[in-house]
Amino acid sequence: MARDLVKRLIELALVLVIVSMGTFALVDLMPSDPAVVVLGEGHTAAEYAAQRHSMGLDDALPVRYGHWVGDALTGDLGKSFIPPNSDVGGRVAAALPVSAELAVLALLMALVVAIPLAMWSAYRAGGVVDRAVGAVTFGVLSVPSFLAGMLFIALFAQRLGWFPRLEWSRIGDGLGGNLYHAFLPALTIALMEAATFTRVLRGDLITTLQEDFILSAKAKGMTPLHVLFHDALRPSSLSLVTLMGISLGRLIGSTVIVEYLFALPGMGTLIIGAADQGDVPMVQGAVLVIALIYVLVNAVIDLSYGRLDPRIRRAHV
Amino acid sequence: MSDVPLAAPRTAPRWRGPALALAGLAVLGLSVTVLAGHGWTQAALVVAGLAGAYTGLNAAGRALFGDAFDLMFWLCAAWLAVLVVAAVAAPVLPLGEHQDIVKTLDTPGMAVPDLSTAHPLGTNNFGLDLLARVVYGARSSLVVSLGAVVIGMVVGGAAGIAAGYFRRGADATVGVLTNSLLAVPPLILLIALGTVLEPNLRNIAVALSLLAIPGMVRMARASTMAFARREFVVAAEAMGASRWRVMTRELLPNVVLPLASYGMVMVSVLIVAEASLSFLGLGVQPPAPSWGNMIAEGQENDAFTKYPHIVLVPGVTLFLTVFAFNLIGEKARKRWDPRRANL
Repeated sequence: MARDLVKRLIELALVLVIVSMGTFALVDLMPSDPAVVVLGEGHTAAEYAAQRHSMGLDDALPVRYGHWVGDALTGDLGKSFIPPNSDVGGRVAAALPVSAELAVLALLMALVVAIPLAMWSAYRAGGVVDRAVGAVTFGVLSVPSFLAGMLFIALFAQRLGWFPRLEWSRIGDGLGGNLYHAFLPALTIALMEAATFTRVLRGDLITTLQEDFILSAKAKGMTPLHVLFHDALRPSSLSLVTLMGISLGRLIGSTVIVEYLFALPGMGTLIIGAADQGDVPMVQGAVLVIALIYVLVNAVIDLSYGRLDPRIRRAHV
Repeated sequence: MSDVPLAAPRTAPRWRGPALALAGLAVLGLSVTVLAGHGWTQAALVVAGLAGAYTGLNAAGRALFGDAFDLMFWLCAAWLAVLVVAAVAAPVLPLGEHQDIVKTLDTPGMAVPDLSTAHPLGTNNFGLDLLARVVYGARSSLVVSLGAVVIGMVVGGAAGIAAGYFRRGADATVGVLTNSLLAVPPLILLIALGTVLEPNLRNIAVALSLLAIPGMVRMARASTMAFARREFVVAAEAMGASRWRVMTRELLPNVVLPLASYGMVMVSVLIVAEASLSFLGLGVQPPAPSWGNMIAEGQENDAFTKYPHIVLVPGVTLFLTVFAFNLIGEKARKRWDPRRANL
């Protein structure tokens, strides 16, 4: 167990080093000279050379990587290429809570919708509700989140006027207003997750509902709701945890694109705006932070199902 | 949908299916011609006609080919066939102008779809023909995503077979590299590459292939490990076959099939990824058409609310294509992987 954990941690560290190297290499993949991007056109060669020197681009690659990682470890992610050359770390720190809130809200919405739907479908498998839910969720899985977002904006925000658009209200300015502004984007993100969760949980519950302990619970005269929530959901929750790990990457992707669509001040708007302008340090900082969070959350999920189900702890080497 | 158990046997007469299908098609035909421009009435009748035609054709198909007949599957296959043929034949098809704004100076912009005009699916802001743009968009979408799948299969397959056959150091190295690719969420990886790479079709395909490679590696590695212990591989080794020969002649033919079926599933993911990237302005650059950047046109000046077809034409095309790939992929997976049948 301990050896396994150490092995995992070493691999985790290696992965993070490789990811940071890849992120760092983005500057060298740039087709244009970073000094030209920062200063703009029409300066003398000497000025560009001086700029390159001040950005530390003269040093050898390993030296530059060392500086960059060292700075990043102390929380300094560098300065943006684009005026007003703001501090990358500060911008990321301001944007991260918005994205995190949206993602968590979307995950909760997805679970609230998916668990009852999956239970109903599994309990009456093959019935009208099951078939309708199956068809709708399959269709939803084929709607990219940016398309769903555009439809929602046109319908709920513009035609019906139920929700605001292109506005955001921070949690600090009151929870109600914040949730009101977050609802439609979170719903857009939740749509696809809810469809996936429903389908997987339904399949899992159908298998669980055939177990002997379900039969015995029913024979004891437990109500269907008690059987579903108390007896069937717990063994199926493991696959839900696994699934959350698998869909986390897509969740982050949808959050990024939906933020851009709704113009919310989160990581998505930050990174896409920076990508459009060729602001490499901003992109590097954002990618590094997102990758770090993603890898760590996945590692926690990985370790947690050893806790949830002792059988995996031994089988999973 | 496709995992619905078979319905109870019907005792309806045989002519009912075709009759319903004909009636549905008639309603559909009437609604798009006579009732053109009637808004909600037309839309409702289109839906009713489609539903009637679908139910009728499904019943007719079941009567003819037995209960296993799945109309949706054949519709999806037909849609993909039409799409591929149109994309391949685009230069010789009698389509309107898809990209050159100068040629469409005298064409009305934002024309509403009308099957009786020269622009059956309408035109965009610059008077470019939406049907032509959708077809040329299919071209770039398919080229990019199929290209990415092929790159992924070659690179990922080779790395996976090597890792699964040699194990030890090779396996560990490939494993860490694969995990590193997986450590950045897919869209974030694409945005990062989109920041620095020139947005042409080749670069987009290479960037997308990075999303396909990890899955290909794992799949190839797993099947290689399963096959490496089988008798025919042991026999080949005992007869003195070189490692290269074992990998290319014995393992590769067995590994290719699961890789290809995974590639089929990956295509729809990659089409969505390409569309997202182009939607964000980091993929195919306008005026060259791509479904993603066509949908993005709807964001300018509230074009979507005023002219819904600007978004709906590429949006519905994208939806149908992804849906078709998903449905066929799901069916293929159920066919070849009974373990996950109830998912």
